[in-house]
Amino acid sequence: MAQNPFPLGKDELLKAYRTMRTIREFEERLHVDFAKGDIPGFVHLYAGEEACATGIMMHLNDNDRIASTHRGHGHCIAKGVDVHAMMAEIYGRSTGACRGKGGSMHIADLSKGMMGANGILGAGAPLICGAALAAKVRGDRGVGITFVGDGASNQGTFLESLNLAAVWNLPVVFVVENNGYAESTAMEWAVSCDSYVDRATGFGMPGVTVDGTDFFAVYEAAGEIIRRARDGGGPALLECNMVRFYGHFEGDAQTYRAKGELEAIRASRDCLTILSERVIEAGVIGRDELQAIDREVNALIEDATRAAKAAPLPAPEDLLRDVYVAY
Amino acid sequence: MSRKISMKQAINEALDLEMRRDPTVIVMGEDIVGGTGAQGEDDAWGGVLGVTKGLYAKHGDRLMDTPLSESAYIGAAVGAAACGLRPVAELMFLDFMGVCFDQIFNQAAKFRYMFGGKAETPVVIRGMVGAGFRAAAQHSQMLTPLFTHIPGLKVVCPSNAYDAKGLLIQSIRDNDPVIFCEHKNLYGLECEVPAESYAIPFGEANVLRDGDDVTIVSYGLTVHRAMEAAATLAKDGTEAEVIDLRTLSPIDWDTIVESVERTGRLVVVDEAHPRCNLATDIAAFVGQNAFGALKAGVQMVTAPHTPVPFAPSLEDLYVPSADTIAAAARRTLSPKGARSIAA
Ligand SMILES: Cc1ncc(C[n+]2csc(CCOP(=O)(O)OP(=O)(O)O)c2C)c(N)n1
Ligand SMILES: [Mg+2]
Repeated sequence: MAQNPFPLGKDELLKAYRTMRTIREFEERLHVDFAKGDIPGFVHLYAGEEACATGIMMHLNDNDRIASTHRGHGHCIAKGVDVHAMMAEIYGRSTGACRGKGGSMHIADLSKGMMGANGILGAGAPLICGAALAAKVRGDRGVGITFVGDGASNQGTFLESLNLAAVWNLPVVFVVENNGYAESTAMEWAVSCDSYVDRATGFGMPGVTVDGTDFFAVYEAAGEIIRRARDGGGPALLECNMVRFYGHFEGDAQTYRAKGELEAIRASRDCLTILSERVIEAGVIGRDELQAIDREVNALIEDATRAAKAAPLPAPEDLLRDVYVAY
Repeated sequence: MSRKISMKQAINEALDLEMRRDPTVIVMGEDIVGGTGAQGEDDAWGGVLGVTKGLYAKHGDRLMDTPLSESAYIGAAVGAAACGLRPVAELMFLDFMGVCFDQIFNQAAKFRYMFGGKAETPVVIRGMVGAGFRAAAQHSQMLTPLFTHIPGLKVVCPSNAYDAKGLLIQSIRDNDPVIFCEHKNLYGLECEVPAESYAIPFGEANVLRDGDDVTIVSYGLTVHRAMEAAATLAKDGTEAEVIDLRTLSPIDWDTIVESVERTGRLVVVDEAHPRCNLATDIAAFVGQNAFGALKAGVQMVTAPHTPVPFAPSLEDLYVPSADTIAAAARRTLSPKGARSIAA
């Protein structure tokens, strides 16, 4: 066996691959089932962006909090939310992560430190400042990570939170998931500065830009700034440049993309292919080992889908439950 | 000339006609053109559900995509309105009001009064409202009562394509800030709409059905449920009068009171939550001004006091149904109606 040149051991590498593959398979399955008309509402898929959530979440434990976005499935899976509960939620079933009350855009699992996907752009940033404040007050070395898209990074809540986190020296990492588009609008047009690092600098915190399709690049950059935040060094911003494999939401015809763009990014910027080839080439993991994981993941997603479809609907009286604390 | 078009097309047409008539009308919002700065097609979206599709080809840069910064662009629309333009700003889902409400209720709504009657703010904020789209708690609300609470704001919520066109044209011409609420589940609904321009004045409710036994008042999507309920009631010989408010601020008190004075019975239907909404407002007004005419307690039919649930099975229970409206009407007619309490 070749010497492992990576910053993670083999087991951890296999875990990272499994997480990324699980996200991919989950999203591919939703893509297919949405087209069949099985899935109600809006779904925003994370396919193509798996390396970002995974590279960051490998550094976190259940005591660390994340605040996600409308494109939250990948964050959930990487943070350890149960795939069966997620699928059931998306199908509006009583066995769902939120008992069917939330749906794709609101999956949450507070026991895993997952403070919710979010239907309101920029809403996660102030909340994660609060999570980081709580960790700081308790002194438990917890950190808070908020994800924001390139488009949502223009929200006042996000920009105000950068300043607040810096002023209060909070253990927060602001992750900008730059996939080049906000719905159909190009990031180059909508974001006034050339680099998010400039924005971070302007708010008095370090900023780093990485290739978000490269798991190792994300992993290493995130490791450093998360460690720094944990040790009381304050907030930082991490920009991950990445690609969205599907439309803004399912049903988007994507005519705003250049001709051939999708084919090109799928061919050259697939983070799963990039990771697999690196580890296979280095001789650290065999192709057959990855294929075995693929088969297990397929079976898992198949089972989650089957279970979700068969799961009971919420009871009518659930409509009125959980508005306030029950006495 | 009149033809059948959808509410979505009617809104598009109103914007088109007003932009042609008045060069100070500009339209802005997120992806209302689409593809800005991207290499593919221009006008790639025309709004998230295609309401503004095609307007860019006709009016070019008077349609402006915006960064995802509602506080800034909605506020800029307000500021531009105070300086002579007539901006129509789209807030995709009115649920997003949370991030920009200050510019509307502390700024736009107050200028005229606070500046001693010297300011005009002819801005229209239009966006989607309402449940039934499987869009969950943050994309489905009927927040109309928040807006009607604010003096200085006008609030419009059409139930059909004809009204949507005439009311949007009026909203653009009106010299006060208007919140124009478009029920997303009505976008596809078609009716006869004249091709030419027309404005429907604010504060004039539409009596959709005459009846002498009970008055049903509503607005938006639930108007259709009220009409279904009226059809059911008619089978049992009860004739309901159905009033579509169309504008919530100003509101047509006269039409409501006149009707109740004739029928003696009132059902108010509101898709908003039950506390401090249009239904409670109208019930209170009628209680104060037409008490003598009432033969039974006023019945209020609303969404429950809960966020909008995602699960389709629960969401279907959330929006007031024709059955609950008909049942409420029957309660006003039962011998015990005079003493009935809300179910
Ligand atoms: C406050 C608010 N404004 C607008 C929207 C509608 N919306 C949902 S996702 C989206 C685009 C987000 O783009 P970006 O932040 O780049 O994230 P991506 O979808 O690319 O992951 C928009 C405009 C919203 N949900 N909340
Ligand atoms: Mg984006």
